[in-house]
Amino acid sequence: MARDIVCRMEVKSPSKYFVHYEGKHYEFCSEDCKDKFIAEPDKYNKDVQTTTGETHLPEGADSAHKKTAPTYKISSNGIEKITIPIVGLQYAAGINIIENEIKNLPGVKAAHINYTTSTAHVEFKNDKVNAKEIIESINKVGYDAKKASLQLGIGGMHCGSCVTKIENELKKLLGILSASVDLGTESVFIDYIPGSINIGEIKSVIESLGYKTFDSKVKVGEKTLVQVGHTVAKSEEEPVDENELAREKEYKTLLHKFIFAAVLSLPVILFSYPKLWGLPAEFQKGTELLRFIWFGMGALALPVMFWSGSQFYTGAWAAFKNRSANMHTLIATGITAAWLYSTVAALFPGIFPSAALADVFYDVVFVVVALVVFGMALEIRAKGKSSEAIKKLIGLQAKTARVLRDGKEIDIPIEEVVLDELIIVRPGEKIPVDGEVVDGDSTVDESMITGESIPVEKRIGDEVIGAAINKTGSFKFKATKVGKDTALAQIIQMVGQAQSSKAPIQKIVDKVSGYFVPAVIIIAILSFITWYVFGPAPQLIYALIVSVTVLVIACPCALGLATPISLMVGIGKGAENGILIRSGEALETAQKLDTIVLDKTGTITEGKPSLTDLIVINGFDEKTILILSASIEKSSEHPLAEAIVKGAEERSLELFEPKNFNAIPGLGVEAIVNNKKLLLGNKKMMIKFNITLNGLEEKSAQLADEGKTPMFVAVDGKSAGIIAVADTVKQDSKEAIAHLKKLGLEVVMITGDNARTANAIAKQVGIERTLSEVLPEDKALNVQKLQNEGKIVAMVGDGINDAPALAQADIGLAIGTGTDVAIEASDITLIKGSLKGVVLAIQLSKATMKNIKENLFGAFFYNGLGLPIAAGLLFPFFGILLSPLIAAAAMAFSSVTVVTNANRLRNFKPKIK
Amino acid sequence: MTIDQILVIIGGLGLSALVAWYFWFSEKKGVKIQEAASGVQEAFIKVKGGYTPDVLIFEAGKPIKLNFLREETAACTEEVIFSDFNKRALLTPFKTIPLELTIDKSGEYEFRCGMGMIRGKLIVQ
Repeated sequence: MARDIVCRMEVKSPSKYFVHYEGKHYEFCSEDCKDKFIAEPDKYNKDVQTTTGETHLPEGADSAHKKTAPTYKISSNGIEKITIPIVGLQYAAGINIIENEIKNLPGVKAAHINYTTSTAHVEFKNDKVNAKEIIESINKVGYDAKKASLQLGIGGMHCGSCVTKIENELKKLLGILSASVDLGTESVFIDYIPGSINIGEIKSVIESLGYKTFDSKVKVGEKTLVQVGHTVAKSEEEPVDENELAREKEYKTLLHKFIFAAVLSLPVILFSYPKLWGLPAEFQKGTELLRFIWFGMGALALPVMFWSGSQFYTGAWAAFKNRSANMHTLIATGITAAWLYSTVAALFPGIFPSAALADVFYDVVFVVVALVVFGMALEIRAKGKSSEAIKKLIGLQAKTARVLRDGKEIDIPIEEVVLDELIIVRPGEKIPVDGEVVDGDSTVDESMITGESIPVEKRIGDEVIGAAINKTGSFKFKATKVGKDTALAQIIQMVGQAQSSKAPIQKIVDKVSGYFVPAVIIIAILSFITWYVFGPAPQLIYALIVSVTVLVIACPCALGLATPISLMVGIGKGAENGILIRSGEALETAQKLDTIVLDKTGTITEGKPSLTDLIVINGFDEKTILILSASIEKSSEHPLAEAIVKGAEERSLELFEPKNFNAIPGLGVEAIVNNKKLLLGNKKMMIKFNITLNGLEEKSAQLADEGKTPMFVAVDGKSAGIIAVADTVKQDSKEAIAHLKKLGLEVVMITGDNARTANAIAKQVGIERTLSEVLPEDKALNVQKLQNEGKIVAMVGDGINDAPALAQADIGLAIGTGTDVAIEASDITLIKGSLKGVVLAIQLSKATMKNIKENLFGAFFYNGLGLPIAAGLLFPFFGILLSPLIAAAAMAFSSVTVVTNANRLRNFKPKIK
Repeated sequence: MTIDQILVIIGGLGLSALVAWYFWFSEKKGVKIQEAASGVQEAFIKVKGGYTPDVLIFEAGKPIKLNFLREETAACTEEVIFSDFNKRALLTPFKTIPLELTIDKSGEYEFRCGMGMIRGKLIVQ
């Protein structure tokens, strides 16, 4: 082996492409590399010396070499300077924290943050630390660095080592955080710090290495690939990708192969059964003419076997070499046996002891090849449909974004959108990335992501999801997630991963399929023996037919396909409805659930308490009490306090600044507001301060029974009234809970609230069992307690506060995650906030598992029944023997049936609207 | 029982034993993949009717890069699935498709085609 010094690939020596230069012999992988070397032989010569370490150059020589390469902004003493834009630096207080964190890194010489420009200037030794680590340290203290992601198409890559070369060169550049080249799409994915480097510089570096670059805009549409979790966006206009083209081509080839075999099989069938068709006497068995026709059929069978059926032989041989066997092995063995026997019979009929034995079965060869090839073609078609869901998702991505840069609106590819950038969306346009509305309002169709068909209103502060379509108004939003972090990108990644996962049920199949094909071969041999020894005359013919039938009827593909194909459709269907199922295992468990625990706040209820009641006594008026209460609560961060403040704001009331604010844990708050001594708290608080409640207790109890949280207000030592807040129940919670019960699930509510509030809410939505006053950290424990009762428990929560409980549950469902889809603790993520998603997720899991079971049953049943019948088990009792032609038809359609059955899931309709 | 019947019985049983031995009990040899200077254990796998090589031996804890080159358009091999890692790659014909993994735990990890008919495994030591 020699090494191509241009692309550094190993080349088989001697290579066709070589050059003699300065007394040395160089070999290359291709003409291209050779040409490149001839153009600049010295460049590559030096390259190879420095990188392979064959010659160690002194330090100086190395940096001299670097002069020709792009500048790395490295000063002579190895210290690098970098400027990193920081996101979210709202207060000057953050400066010290970030500076100190960066300075703590080894090798950092200086770190300075410019508050006005929101940038960090860092000087560091590049051998000790890199830009990525600096950014990580910024992230650690809660800030983010502006990062941009970019995809560039690269042309001229020939080999795997080009990948390493480009990646390494790019990673050396200042400002590049990561670079990964994908040979499949011929593109590079780069994360970089905007400002430190720009796209032009990146391109010129790649080009200086001898490759071409294309704008991702152009390249992305051309080539698409879903692989290893990361996905390249595909444009709608160019829906064709290479894999699809290959599939299409294969389909056409198979169809041609089928037509060829099918057309030829017609005369073969005609002459194989001369008696059946009532052919003239000269075509009947034993005549010279028929024997010549046999020769012709034998010869014609060769192109059918080796062209139409070529995949059987190549597949069988490849498997055989690896000591494994598959469907191809079976078909190849079957048709070869039939052809060999027939050919011997046609050529040397004399060697058979009786004339009856000298028969031919060429029809088996033709028909089996034709039918199986046809089945394979149909299967390709059907499988294309099965993966439609993910293709649709990929096609959703917008291609460009209109951003506001330096006060100007410019259209840029979405790959270049930077975090925190302002983006303008007009009616009818696609929202390019995830973000938060900062100006304007509109209604947005998010159905493609959330499955919710009703357009959602968006106002300032609302979250928008990339790929959603803006309907009515124009608005400006700030990008909060870009590149591979957007909800859509995460969804595509999750769905792709889930579709590749294995459902536990698959384990049975895996066990069986490892033994299946060799077992079938052995069954075929044993049937041959049995028929030869015990069968009726002519034994040899029967033995042969039976064993060929056994080989042909077995369909390992149907078994292998049964689970993954249904999973693929089911999980894809979920994604279409805003339900992301993490794995096959999650799907399988979800349909076995018997208890479902719902977190109250944010799951059953909106999670945002609001002011509901205001009761006043002793001559106070509502407005005054609300102003006073809201003023005191201004300083509190409690969600209940926020509700009161919001209530006052909604009524446009002006608040006072509280003085001497004091929070008494477990009781309430006291302060001087507008020169009045104000107390706000529970009953214990009132007792502590000797406040007479004047009959307010009853009203308070009544409010509490309704699930509200009442607080007593006292002004200058006199009780003034009650202010009550409550978290409102989501509109469709009640209906969804009823559906969950209908599915046979025990519904349990879990909450930190007191039993009274909990019961009130539970009653409203129809839940019988509640776990109240559960501290957040004890939620997981309570889930475990339910599990200890022997139940399979699902937990539905918000994914952040409930993460431990979600992880503890057999199935954790994170609900209402919006753009935060990648919640680790959850097995199922519901993008929408509605509990109906939970119902849908369970229904879909049930439907998918049912489909898988149908497929598996079908496949096992088919093989389990087909094999013994093919072996002739029914013959002694009913005289039934299967023709290998029928076996071939059955086999060809069994795997198509499996795929078609899985595709039925695409029509899955939620039973709840 | 005639002589030919006896011969068929002996021959058939012998052949069955041979099939069982060849596919089930014979030892499959793995290919040990060496670590490159970059620290990546990189292997090329030809995909044509099967995976060549189909048993690859790696060292635990070090990055693995598998470059699949599918030299056929037959749809059977269009996907390769590593279900232990929830990873999947669509193999575009006649293109090198890289797949990266790092496996920390030693053991045997199977990979297979979309239908589970064609298999290979990674042995991590």
